[in-house]
Amino acid sequence: MTDVTAAERDLVRAHARAERGRRWTAFFLVAPLFVFLIFTFLVPIGDMLRRSFMDGDVASVWPQTVAVTRAWDGSGEAPAALWPALAADIKASAASDTVAVAARRLNYAIDGGRTLVMKAARRLAKIETPPNGDWRAVFADLDETWVAPKTAAAIRRASGPVTDFYLLAALDLRKTDAGAIVTTPEKDRIYRTVLWRTFSVSGMVTLFALLIGYPYAYLMTRSSKRVAGVMTVFVLLPFWTSLLVRTAAWIVLLQEHGILNDLLMRIGLIDHPLRLIFNRVGVVVAMTHVLLPFMVLPLAAVMKGIRPETVRAARSLGATPMTAFRRIYFPQTLPGVAAGALLVFISAIGYYITPALVGGADDQMLSWFIAFFVNDTINWGLAAALGVVLLACTTVLSVVYAKIATGRRFA
Amino acid sequence: MKKPVAVGGERDLAHAPTLVTFQGVSKTYDGKVHVVKSLDLTIAKGEFLTLLGPSGSGKTTCLMMLAGFEVPTSGEIYLGDWALSKKPPHERGIGMVFQNYALFPHMTIAENIAFPLEVRGMNRASVKEKVTRALDMVRLPQVADRKPSQLSGGQQQRIALARALVFEPELVLMDEPLGALDKQLREHMQYEIRSLHMSLGLTMVYVTHDQTEALTMSDRIAVFAGGHIRQCADPRKLYEEPSDGLVATFVGESNRFDGAITGRDGDVVTVTTAAGTRLRAAAIDVGSEGSAAVIVRPENVRVGAAASGLDDTIAGRVADVVYHGDHLQVHIAAEGLDVVAKQSARDVVAPRPGDEIVFGFSTAHARAYDPARTDH
Repeated sequence: MTDVTAAERDLVRAHARAERGRRWTAFFLVAPLFVFLIFTFLVPIGDMLRRSFMDGDVASVWPQTVAVTRAWDGSGEAPAALWPALAADIKASAASDTVAVAARRLNYAIDGGRTLVMKAARRLAKIETPPNGDWRAVFADLDETWVAPKTAAAIRRASGPVTDFYLLAALDLRKTDAGAIVTTPEKDRIYRTVLWRTFSVSGMVTLFALLIGYPYAYLMTRSSKRVAGVMTVFVLLPFWTSLLVRTAAWIVLLQEHGILNDLLMRIGLIDHPLRLIFNRVGVVVAMTHVLLPFMVLPLAAVMKGIRPETVRAARSLGATPMTAFRRIYFPQTLPGVAAGALLVFISAIGYYITPALVGGADDQMLSWFIAFFVNDTINWGLAAALGVVLLACTTVLSVVYAKIATGRRFA
Repeated sequence: MKKPVAVGGERDLAHAPTLVTFQGVSKTYDGKVHVVKSLDLTIAKGEFLTLLGPSGSGKTTCLMMLAGFEVPTSGEIYLGDWALSKKPPHERGIGMVFQNYALFPHMTIAENIAFPLEVRGMNRASVKEKVTRALDMVRLPQVADRKPSQLSGGQQQRIALARALVFEPELVLMDEPLGALDKQLREHMQYEIRSLHMSLGLTMVYVTHDQTEALTMSDRIAVFAGGHIRQCADPRKLYEEPSDGLVATFVGESNRFDGAITGRDGDVVTVTTAAGTRLRAAAIDVGSEGSAAVIVRPENVRVGAAASGLDDTIAGRVADVVYHGDHLQVHIAAEGLDVVAKQSARDVVAPRPGDEIVFGFSTAHARAYDPARTDH
């Protein structure tokens, strides 16, 4: 392009300038929203997730000890420098009331770790200098556990700055003293069961939402505008109802001497009241109720786009009503089924309050444990790790959803 | 491709056996308004029958009752010897082409065409062969593996046709199948459907509101209005000898002069218009008094010198002359009306807008009808 004239060059430059100005204006217009999102969304979530692998508790209160353990390769006997450093750190942290932080963290790594540390903190405060300058003997005297090789190794593993302890624990795995990853012994396993329970409850809720939502959405698309409007209101009603009112209503309906049990007994179908609430049944019923719109609305949207003539055409071409549904109507609704099922499933695996209110002890899902570790035991590391597991599942499903939503559209 | 017969009406169907009979069929949705009223109609084997009428005239309802998607409120429809009221749509074996094609969007073209064969339990090899033949028949062998959305409107229409014909039904129904196509494609498809009809010896029932389409394609046309058949005849008879005013105005273009009957002499009535012009017209659907609507086709209106000596002449002023290539349309303002005359474009002296002019028509071309049975 050698024969570009000066005038053309100037024009190109002017156009580029104008476009650049427009881009900056656009950027500044969305900048506040961007900043808002970063501070209310990305930063808090990022900070929470960071806790699933960051391990700074021990390092923050026992700096000298951590300096020693980080220099040690973890094999054989603990270095002699560990004991004076540990003694100094415990005394210092006891004086500044921060020893509990380390005690809590070591409790995850060593059986009875909290008691061990708190006892040491009380005793060591009275010892200025050890006899013969041997701090190891002092610790051995406090508790034999202190001088066992696996204790020093556990302190080393808890020294941070990063750890795989929480993420492994969230999957019922742990590291042996030798560093191999093994499954937690049967009696201590919990999160795999919870994860499975979370998925199975969500799966059941999705299935029931589909079984109820499919015919409902079909009816909605086939009804007159007015009837369809009323049906939409009914399906959205649980959304607009207070959680407590909704739950109380289910309790009234489903409890031992509730309306449903009374009715079933009066018509002689059962002799004893069925247990319908504060167990799995109650959880599935209440969750299906509130998640139904997520199934019905995408289904109805897809069904509205299906030309009824296609079913008529199938019938005129010789298909029985069943064949016409199976081969012509249903396949055309599949994008809606997939979208609805994924929306319901993704929402369900994060459910917390509904199972907590209408479920029993064995019906609590993953989110309940996250709340438990955040509120009750202040084990943010494990809460964050469970959050990572949940987020990973949701992300995978969302990607699948996005694929289906964009890929399977008929022109 | 077979040469089409020049005029549909000339095919001899008088001796063909009857395939479909509507016997006193009525349809009402609310018990008060009848969409179709005690309808009697027979369709001969091999016939191309068009149901023509404005929307809401009951023509589509008739087709849907024949296909089985609507149930007659009373009366019975027979297909051959079967009474159809006990037969669900899938047992009728009637091919149907829908207005918007109704191809299955989630299936390929080949799967679409194979569908009627598969539900009949035909083996794979025969299905494959028949699908290939059907695609060849509509001259689209290359689209077998595409999805309907990848085809143009005209192509989709041809696939819908292939799908309705592939299981060799005796009777094929079409519900305004060309409504969504542009003019040129529509004319081309009209020709193709017609030649398929003749080469396959099918019986076709075709619904349209396009009177040109009806005229060019049909053996017989049934004109629907208000749930009744107003006239059922071959295209030529329907166009040249419409039995009532509605048929005359709905089929083809027409000029209408309203007036009062002031005399009757045998089959000729004298109609005096509001402006006082006396027109002599053939009495078709009128008595010897009351009001009448005189209907004249534009091609029968003579303008200028050609009008001298005709039975009916009226003075007017040329409002516009529209060139159509093969003919001119002369719009004449007369009697407060816009009268249209069609003239050959090769006429030496074409009238010009603003010319004061005389136009006229012969009594044979002016047909007097009852105005009450003329308005749509």
